[in-house]
Amino acid sequence: MEMLWFWLVSVMVAIYVVMDGFDFGAGILHLVVAQTNEERRQVLGAIGPLWDGNEVWLLAGGGSMFLAFPKVLASGFSGFYLAIWLVVWCLMLRGISIEFRSHLEDGLWRRFWDGTFALSSVLLPILFGAALGNVLRGVPVDGTGYFEMALWTDFRVGGTPGILDWYTVLIGVFALVTVAAHGALFLAWKTGGAVHDRAKGLALKLWGAVLVLWIVASFATSAVNPDIFHRLPQAPLGWVASLIFLAGLGLVFVGIKRERFLLAFLGSGAFILGILAASAACVYPVMLKSTLGPQFDLTAHNAAVGAHGLRAGLVWWLIGFPIAIGYLAFLFRFNRGKVKAAAEGEGY
Amino acid sequence: MGDPLFWHRLQFGFTATYHYLFPQLTMGLALVIVVLKAMGLRTGEARYNDAARFWIKIFGINFAIGVVTGIPLEFQFGTNWAAFSRFSGGIIGQTLGMEGMFAFFLESSFLGMLIWGEKKLSPKGHFGAALALWIGSWLSGYFIIATNAFMQHPVGYTHAADGSLQLASFWAFLLNPWALGQYAHNMIAAVVTASFVVAAIGAYWTLKGLHPEQARLNLRTGTIMGLIFSALVAFPTGDISGKLVAKYQPITLAAMEGRFESGPRANLTLIGQPDVARRRIENPIQLPAVLSFIAYGSFSSNVKGLLEFPEDQWPQNIELLYYSFHIMAGLGTIMIAVMGLAALLLWKNRLDTARPMLWVLMLAFPFPYIATAAGWAVAEFGRQPWLIYGLLRTLQGGSPTVNAGHTAFTTLGFAGIFVVLSVLWLFLIGREISHGPVSHSPKA
Repeated sequence: MEMLWFWLVSVMVAIYVVMDGFDFGAGILHLVVAQTNEERRQVLGAIGPLWDGNEVWLLAGGGSMFLAFPKVLASGFSGFYLAIWLVVWCLMLRGISIEFRSHLEDGLWRRFWDGTFALSSVLLPILFGAALGNVLRGVPVDGTGYFEMALWTDFRVGGTPGILDWYTVLIGVFALVTVAAHGALFLAWKTGGAVHDRAKGLALKLWGAVLVLWIVASFATSAVNPDIFHRLPQAPLGWVASLIFLAGLGLVFVGIKRERFLLAFLGSGAFILGILAASAACVYPVMLKSTLGPQFDLTAHNAAVGAHGLRAGLVWWLIGFPIAIGYLAFLFRFNRGKVKAAAEGEGY
Repeated sequence: MGDPLFWHRLQFGFTATYHYLFPQLTMGLALVIVVLKAMGLRTGEARYNDAARFWIKIFGINFAIGVVTGIPLEFQFGTNWAAFSRFSGGIIGQTLGMEGMFAFFLESSFLGMLIWGEKKLSPKGHFGAALALWIGSWLSGYFIIATNAFMQHPVGYTHAADGSLQLASFWAFLLNPWALGQYAHNMIAAVVTASFVVAAIGAYWTLKGLHPEQARLNLRTGTIMGLIFSALVAFPTGDISGKLVAKYQPITLAAMEGRFESGPRANLTLIGQPDVARRRIENPIQLPAVLSFIAYGSFSSNVKGLLEFPEDQWPQNIELLYYSFHIMAGLGTIMIAVMGLAALLLWKNRLDTARPMLWVLMLAFPFPYIATAAGWAVAEFGRQPWLIYGLLRTLQGGSPTVNAGHTAFTTLGFAGIFVVLSVLWLFLIGREISHGPVSHSPKA
C-alpha cells in the first residue's frame, strides 16, 4: 500500500511537471517568440484556459503527499522554508500576470505584466529543479525528522550545503531549459503564423541544449549520489521509465524533423514523465534522503500513515483521477485547433 | 516578538482572513450567476444575461485573487505548522487532497468557459459552466470546513503507535456534525455577502440615475436574496452553530458571552465589557434566561461559566473572542433589519425612489464581510488554547526548525503583496463598475 501511494504521489507530481511545464515554457519564451501584442495574446490564449488546471496538479499532488506521507511534507516544507515562499510568491505573481493583463488596453500595462509573467516563469522551474536536486542530493534531516537549511552557503555539495549549491542550481538550469523546450513544442503545435515559426526555430536549439544538459546532469548526479545509478539494475520500473524517456526523446527529434509538433510535444511529455519516474524508481523507497546517515532517511515505509487512511484515500483517488483526466480531455477538445488571438475583451 | 508561534499565528490569521474576502464573495456570486442565467434561459429576456455578464466580470477578478491568495494557505500547513501536519496529516490530508481532486479541477476547467465562453458556447452550455463553478466552489468550501471541523471537534480518529493521529472512520470524519452545521452557516453567509454587494451596485446606479433597467434588476435580486439568506444565516444555521459550541465547547461558549459564574436561567448579554481580571462583565444590558434557551433549548438550563473550568483551558484572548462574537451577532441582526426594510419598500414598489434606503443599501455591503471575519475569529479564538480541540495545543503545533525572523519576514512580504493586490482590485473593480453592464441584446 505504501509503495502504491509512493507511486501515486510520484505520478501526480510528474503530471504536474509535464502540464505546468508547457505553460512555464510558454512564459519563458513568450518575450522572444511573440513580439507584438497580438502575438502575445496568441500565446496567452493557448495556455490561458489550461494553466490554472495545470497548477491544480501541484495542489492535488501535494494533498496526496499530505494524506499519505505527512512526515515528508512537514519535514521538507519547514526545512526549505524560504525557498518554498519564493515558489509561492512566484506562483502568485504568475497567476495575476496571466489573468490581469487583458483587463486594460494599454501598452505599458500589458508590457509590465508580460515582464512579470516571463520573470516568474523563469524562476519557478529553476526553483522546482533545485528542489528535485535537493531530494536527490539529500538534506541534513536528523533523528527528530526535521532539518534546517540556509538558502545558500558556499555552493559546495559537501559540508553544510545550502538549498542552492552548484548541483541543485545545475538541476534547476536543466529544468529551466527542459520546460522551455517543452513549451516551444507546445507553442509550435498550438499556434500558427510568426509565433509558430519562431517557436519551431527555437525548439531544435533548445532540445540540443537539453541533450547536453541531460548528460552533464546525469554525471553530476552520479558524482553527488552514486547510489542512484547503482540501484538502477535492480529497479525494473526504472528500466521501463528509462525506455519511456528515451523513446520520448526520439519522438521529439523525429517530430521536429517531420514538422509533426503534436507528436514532438507528446514525446517531450514522455521524456519529462520518464525521467522523473526513473528518478523515483531509483530512490524508492527513500522520499527524503538524509545526508547524516541512512537511518534518518524518510521513506515510504517509515513516513506513511496507517492502512485505513491509505485505503480510504485510494478509493476516492480512483474516482477523482479519471474525472480529472476527463476534464482535461474535454478542455483540450474544446480548445482544439490552432489558437488565434481573441478579439479585444473576449479572451486573454 | 521573538516567539515564532506568535508569527506563525499572525501569518496564518492574516493570510487566511485576507484570502477569504474573495471566496466569500465568489461562492455567493456563483449562486447569483446561476440564478440569473437560469432566469435568462427560462424567460429568454436579455436583461438577465446582461446582469450575469457584469457579475461574471466581477467574479473573474475576485476569483483570480482568491486563487492566488489561497495558494499560500495550503503551503503553510507544511512550512509553519509542521508539527501539526505530522500529527494530523493522515486525517486532514484527506479533505485537502479531495479539495484538489474534486473541486479545484472542476473550477479551473470551467472558469475560462464561464468568463470567455458566452459567444462560443450555447446558452445552455454557458449556464452549465456557471453551474460547474457554483458546484466546484461550494465543494471546495465543504472540504475546507470539514478540515476546520476536525480541529474544532475531532471525530473518526485513533492514535497510532507513535502518538500521531490516524483515520479510523472516513465517513465519521467527512460527515462530522460540526462540519455540516458550520458549512450551512458559512455558505449562507457567502450568499448574504453576494446579495449585499449586488444590492449595493443596484442602489449606486439608481442613485446616479445610471442603467435604470439593470439597476432595478440588481436591487430586486439583491434585496430578495438578501432577506431570505440574512434570515437563514441567523436561523436555523446560526442557531445550530451556537448549539454545537454549547455541546462540544462549553468553555468557548462561556468566553464568547463573558460568563464567569455558572447557573440556570443564564442571561444573554447584548452589550457589556468583559473584565477578565475581575471575573465579571461590566455595564451589561442583558436578556434574562435567553442564553439558556438559545444554548440548550430551555430557559431553566444550566449554562456553565468560565470559573467552572481550569484556567489553562480558557481561550487566551477572551476579550477579543467576546467582541468578535457580539460584532457578528449584532451585525447579523442589523443586516436582517436592513434587508427586511428594503424588501418591504420593494413590495410597496417604492424602493427605487426611497433615497435614504438606497444610501443605506449602497453603504451596507461591508457588513457581511465584517460579520464573517468576526465569525471566523470566534471559531478560531474560541478553539484556543487548542489547535485540535482536546488533542493538540497550539503551542505544540508550530514548525520546530523555523525561527521568528523567517516568519516575520514572510509575513511582512505578504503584507506588501496584499497592499498591491488590494490596489489592483480596487482599480479593476472600479473600472468594471464605471463601465457598467454590457448589453449583447439586438437593440443595443
